[in-house]
Amino acid sequence: MSDKLQKLLSDKNRKMNAEELAFLAASFRETMFSVLHERGTGHWGGASSAAELVTALYFNRLNIKTDDPNWEDRDRFILSKGHASVNLYTILSNRGFFPAEDIHQFRVLGSYLQGHPAMLKIPGVDMSTGALGHGISVGLGMAEAAKLSGKNYCTYVLTGEGCLNEGSSWEALMCAAKYKTKNLVLLIDYNKVQLDGTEDQIMPLHPLKEKLESFGWLVNDEAYNGNCTKDILKSFDWLDSNDVWPKAIIYDTTKGANVSFSEGKNTWHGAVIDDEHYEIGIKELKEDTAKKEALV
Amino acid sequence: MSIAMRDAFGKHLVKLGETHPELVVLDADVSSSTKSGLFGKAFPERFFNVGVAEGNLAGMAAGLATCGYHPVINAFAIFLALKSTDQIRNDICYNNLPVIIAGAYGGLSDSFDGASHQAIEDIAIMRALPNMEVIVPSDARQAELALEYALTRNNPVYIRLNRNAMPDIDTDRDSFFQAKAVKCVEGTDVTIAANGITASMACEAAEILKKDGINAEVFSVPFVKPLDTASLFESVAKTGALVTVEEHLLAGGFASAIAEEAFKAQVRCKVDNIAIEDIFGETGPYIPLLAKYGLSGENIANRVKALLTSKEK
Repeated sequence: MSDKLQKLLSDKNRKMNAEELAFLAASFRETMFSVLHERGTGHWGGASSAAELVTALYFNRLNIKTDDPNWEDRDRFILSKGHASVNLYTILSNRGFFPAEDIHQFRVLGSYLQGHPAMLKIPGVDMSTGALGHGISVGLGMAEAAKLSGKNYCTYVLTGEGCLNEGSSWEALMCAAKYKTKNLVLLIDYNKVQLDGTEDQIMPLHPLKEKLESFGWLVNDEAYNGNCTKDILKSFDWLDSNDVWPKAIIYDTTKGANVSFSEGKNTWHGAVIDDEHYEIGIKELKEDTAKKEALV
Repeated sequence: MSIAMRDAFGKHLVKLGETHPELVVLDADVSSSTKSGLFGKAFPERFFNVGVAEGNLAGMAAGLATCGYHPVINAFAIFLALKSTDQIRNDICYNNLPVIIAGAYGGLSDSFDGASHQAIEDIAIMRALPNMEVIVPSDARQAELALEYALTRNNPVYIRLNRNAMPDIDTDRDSFFQAKAVKCVEGTDVTIAANGITASMACEAAEILKKDGINAEVFSVPFVKPLDTASLFESVAKTGALVTVEEHLLAGGFASAIAEEAFKAQVRCKVDNIAIEDIFGETGPYIPLLAKYGLSGENIANRVKALLTSKEK
């Protein structure tokens, strides 16, 4: 770990700026890639695609206490695309929910770092996920609970395309619009690539913004690149700019981002990263991290 | 015969809502049928009608349950068992969340609506889920007790409700809260374990059998999980014969639950299982429909007699 990274992580509760977030995300992405290679199991494409987004949430946005993961007033985060578990675990551990070295226990028999997020086993996980299309409903329940109990916490749900293929997501979208559920935010990691192929080949979602709007959600007008931390911070400003609910943000992202051979490739959704590909990929990721570190 | 189970359940929700601020109710556009609408009238802010969307119903309840609420989700039993199973398993049971899953119109009780609306596989599905408890009340009082019991639990509980009024069973609150089987008739010749609304039929069968000099011991067994095997096996040790009765498919239901435990405990006795065989239901008036599928006092009595006169294999 570089001195700069160590310094950043020694002050985790500070709201990081765009450059710092970009550096953190690049560094976390390296960890994700290495762990997936080392363990020979897990999902790279969607983990990489959401690296900046989840980093920005945990190091700039979410109101949480790592020493009290179940704090009643905390903001909630649901990784509805639960297969990106290595992303969440890397970020939770670096944020301080559990020891960073435990990430090497990812998907090991007997380890608490289950294949998909498991809330009863992993500190900081607000909801177990894995079966796609569940997150928005659960988030809706959490956000309605906040309303009932007069709390101000926010509930964030992160989905990919897969979740939005599921009919239950649209049941939840309708329902949240009915109740105009306050402080419920849907974040869409829109990388346009699924497991079997591109979105167009498998299940076209476009025009996604119009679909969400017609379901009664407020959706961002400005395009945001979900792999660019400056854009993500701008999107957070947009969230705070009005009191219309529920809100969705569509982020344009790249599946398998920042590793040339995996970018935009459905084949890297959950493929094992072998030694040969690891050598190529980790070199590119280290270069990316160095570039971003220089800007901090 | 007291009031219909659904009416009792709906009214009891309102009563408990007054003393349980954590109680919230969610329904899937059937609240006038399931009677959860009564709660909605009394506590509109704690009632959610999510439309015909059972998956979202269960997922939303899970979210509420993580934040200190104790949700009751109310919809037709068959649609909860089939359309919300993924959410019930992965959001509620896997996380061991206190959600009460109230399956209305259980068994064949939505008789005129026919096979599409009749829940005859819900018990098999619900009892297969880790952390879930499964209660099938026999009458209005057991339905009320089941709700009270479920509210004391920190885990998911499935309560299968019946649409109609059924004869009352005298149920003791304390032993119900210990998930005990209710001994309705004391006897020595055969044990009849009756799940849900079949308890009153089993009592009727005992009356018929008495005339033939057969003393049946009858249990109303509302809890399929956890199952009170102690009471049942103690009775069987005395009688040497067991007849199970349920308003459910034979596959995976109440009889299966007993068989699994009986094998392990090496219980040896004569056995017959009265259940719906591998077949769908159909349209018709409830009581004759039940009888057509073998669920009547008379048929239970006949099957007991046949069992007791059969030779040991």
